[in-house]
Amino acid sequence: MPEKPKIGFYWCASCGGCEESVVDLAEDIVMVADAVDIVFWPVAMDFKRADVEAMEDGSILATMVNGAIRTSEQEEMAELIRRKSKIVIAYGSCAHMGGIPSLANEFSRTQIMEFMYQESPSVVNPDKTRPMTSVKHNSFNVTLPEIRNLVRTLDQVIEVDYYLPGCPPTPKLLKDAVLTLLSGKLPPKGTVLSPDEALCDQCARKDTKPSDLSFKHFYRPHAVLLDSTKCLLSQGVVCMGPATRAGCEALCISANMPCSGCFGPTSRVRDQGAKMLSSLCSNIDPKDEDGIDAVLEDIPDPVGTFYRYGLASSLLRKKITEDM
Amino acid sequence: MPEKNIKSNYEPKIVAFFCNWCTYTAADLAGVSRLKYAPNVRVIRIMCSGRVDPQFILQAFASGADGVLIGGCHPGDCHYAEGNYKMLRRFRLLKRMLKDLGIADERLRLEWISASEGEKVKLVINEMVEQVKALGPLAIPQHLKNINEELKHFPGEEIREEEMAHA
Repeated sequence: MPEKPKIGFYWCASCGGCEESVVDLAEDIVMVADAVDIVFWPVAMDFKRADVEAMEDGSILATMVNGAIRTSEQEEMAELIRRKSKIVIAYGSCAHMGGIPSLANEFSRTQIMEFMYQESPSVVNPDKTRPMTSVKHNSFNVTLPEIRNLVRTLDQVIEVDYYLPGCPPTPKLLKDAVLTLLSGKLPPKGTVLSPDEALCDQCARKDTKPSDLSFKHFYRPHAVLLDSTKCLLSQGVVCMGPATRAGCEALCISANMPCSGCFGPTSRVRDQGAKMLSSLCSNIDPKDEDGIDAVLEDIPDPVGTFYRYGLASSLLRKKITEDM
Repeated sequence: MPEKNIKSNYEPKIVAFFCNWCTYTAADLAGVSRLKYAPNVRVIRIMCSGRVDPQFILQAFASGADGVLIGGCHPGDCHYAEGNYKMLRRFRLLKRMLKDLGIADERLRLEWISASEGEKVKLVINEMVEQVKALGPLAIPQHLKNINEELKHFPGEEIREEEMAHA
């Protein structure tokens, strides 16, 4: 019997939801497990770094890496995985675009350390202890990975072959991706493995989206009673659908919640946030500065709204500060 | 004092998007009228200020521009009726967003300049160059390059651009 193709899973700066989404394959996971050998999956099975180092270079068919890259250890692991795998797939929003962790790029490392280890109201730290990369303890040298200055996408650290978008990717997308890998008919390098059209095109409420949107107010979803049959934009809710790639089958919208953009942009858009800002603002009703500003006041945090999953992959990538 | 010298010799780079129907014509008028203004502006002619995708502005900053200037028709005068209002609305939010991302207010400017206002082109450009000069370089490419030195290898943008081409 020929050897089964080898598959790996790894996580970096992420919440664990992507790992859950693998288990969400439900019965299909048996199909996957039958077709491939899972040779590396620290969250579910007992593999150590040394096991990976011992593998032959290029011996893994594909490794799905989720999570952004924040620490030196994650960078080293990403490079190790790159060496051992023929194909590396950035799995989920964080590996694809930086994800929610990359909103930390709005702050410098110093600011984050000061807040998390000192200023936060729930922290008691009279000795001003900080995480150190190396410290002597009982004559042992104890080390920790270094926290980098920037949260990065996977492709800002290693070469990435494909992207599986989503927070997390849906089981259907994962299953399709595995079947594609096994079929050997590989799409061009750099492909995002999800339909290359805007979410609005696949939305069940598409027909209720007016061609002449006109915003007088924006409402946050909890602050307004939403009609579950009508386009959310037409109800004044910021729905990222127009600037977001399809493929999720409008899951959030079917729960009457607006799209927050986790699938990232289509291939025609370089910067999802700028494009969404453009689309939304063009359709504001007032024409004078004060009137426009009054409507825009309803969007208190534009960076967090438009770049919720992708500040690291945006054109600016971070807040421009003096101290980093 | 080499540091001071560098600062006084610093010439900001400003990318300008001028509407074909008004500000670009006004810049032409400034030219044929032999008005002198600071040479720091790289003008890009577009058909309407409403064509300025916020991505263009961010791309300019990300590529090393110290400031971005947009020139459009006065309210009510847009050749396409509404384009300048669309720009104004995007501009109002983009300003706020750029502030949150650490880019000073003076680095992005929107001005209504009609085809007959050659003098205003001169005044606006000179004023903006002075203001941006006082702020000093933004230098985002250099800034990111410095940060990327913490990585062992940093393929960074090159790889992403290459992949974008395949996407």
